[in-house]
Amino acid sequence: MAVTYGEGVDSGVIVGADSRTSTGSYVANRVSDKLTPVHDSIYCCRSGSTADTQAVADYVRHFLAQHAITLDSKPQVKTAAYLFQKLVYNNKDRMSASIICAGWDPVNGGSVYCVPLGGACVQQDFAIGGSGSTYIYGLMDASYRVGMSKAECIDFVKKTISHAMARDGSSGGVIRLAAIDKTGVERFFVGGNDLPFTPQ
Amino acid sequence: MHTSLTATARLILFSLYVISMLSTTATAESSSIVEAGGTQRTRRPIVTGTSVLGIKYRDGVMLASDTLCSYGTMAKYKDARRLVPVNPVTLVGGGGEYSDFQEVTALLKRNALEDKCTADSLYEEDNSVECAKEVWNYLRAVMYNRRNKMNPLWNDLVVAGFHIEGATKVPFLGLVDKIGTSYEDNVVATGFGSYLALPILREKWRPDLEEGEARALMEDCLRVLFYRDCRALNRIQIAKATSDGVLVSEPYEIDTSWDAASFVSPKGGLEGDGGW
Repeated sequence: MAVTYGEGVDSGVIVGADSRTSTGSYVANRVSDKLTPVHDSIYCCRSGSTADTQAVADYVRHFLAQHAITLDSKPQVKTAAYLFQKLVYNNKDRMSASIICAGWDPVNGGSVYCVPLGGACVQQDFAIGGSGSTYIYGLMDASYRVGMSKAECIDFVKKTISHAMARDGSSGGVIRLAAIDKTGVERFFVGGNDLPFTPQ
Repeated sequence: MHTSLTATARLILFSLYVISMLSTTATAESSSIVEAGGTQRTRRPIVTGTSVLGIKYRDGVMLASDTLCSYGTMAKYKDARRLVPVNPVTLVGGGGEYSDFQEVTALLKRNALEDKCTADSLYEEDNSVECAKEVWNYLRAVMYNRRNKMNPLWNDLVVAGFHIEGATKVPFLGLVDKIGTSYEDNVVATGFGSYLALPILREKWRPDLEEGEARALMEDCLRVLFYRDCRALNRIQIAKATSDGVLVSEPYEIDTSWDAASFVSPKGGLEGDGGW
């Protein structure tokens, strides 16, 4: 999931994800990293087929790097999202990739774009995706507020991902977070024993 | 009435059913179909339990499982009891469809009650109580018969306890699956446990395992299953059958480890060879 916070150029985003990659009922990787950088201050949250999302992210990383050179500045998050959209939309019958593209750029500040299965591209204040997201729509709708501070956002993301991991069999492991703003990227790790919510 | 159908008619009905199932989409799937005579058959499990592990040790037999029942991919019931004492000397553990498991344990408890009430004496337990091996054999018959009627009890059952051989009580551990396959062994496991836990149990098994060692071994196996089975939980239950009787522990959580260095630092960065 990804959440924006703050105003204007001081705004930023928090991206977060669980760490479980499953093949049917088997956990192929219990500590995977689903938060992928496609540029210095632009990340994507990958869900769906791991092979498809890794391939798409690699392509976007390649094109964005070239684009940044010709632009001679940081590319906009909107551009990255547009590249994701192009790839997912034109290959929609061959792929299963659902991506949230989020980051910070000097023009728009922090922004979040959702590129779901069919290849639409929708900008949102916050976005959730993946199989576990169905369990936290209610929690999100009830607790998200516009204008949260960075610390509040981080707690919010940790809490909601915990709740999703508690109920979804295809989600689990540890929580990986990244806070992206004008100063750069800060990564966090919440181990499987330190989850804010484990209902037992 | 269903029983008035001839074998051919039943075969035709069944083939028609199979053909109609092949052409329906996933959204139209139902867990049971009602046939002409008003009977039903289980098609696919809805609420499921995952692995059950069993091991013989020095003092008797030990079973272990987690307390989760899943609803498809959802972890719905986190306090489901899958290890049940069905009579004073026998434990049954079950994975698979939870409603069928409840049906099986209710049936076995009913049998135990009937045995107790029709015994020669209300005070003498030894002769009237079904020993574990008898329960295992009975379950094999039940499961195989249901399978023959194409209406299985969708479970893998583990039976643990003692049976009387001559004058001595000998520990017993056996497994019965949903099609009536039955076998006994020193270590058994159902579901994912048969792939992930059984090799560990077989490697570490000795006939004179202490209770503490056996329990630690079970916890290790259930921890691996929690790491690697999407439908497992880290809240577990242990049950043991000794010559003194049967005991099922209260559920408790097992600890897990997530802080190895290679777990914490992410690999797929911008630098590097592009590998993940």
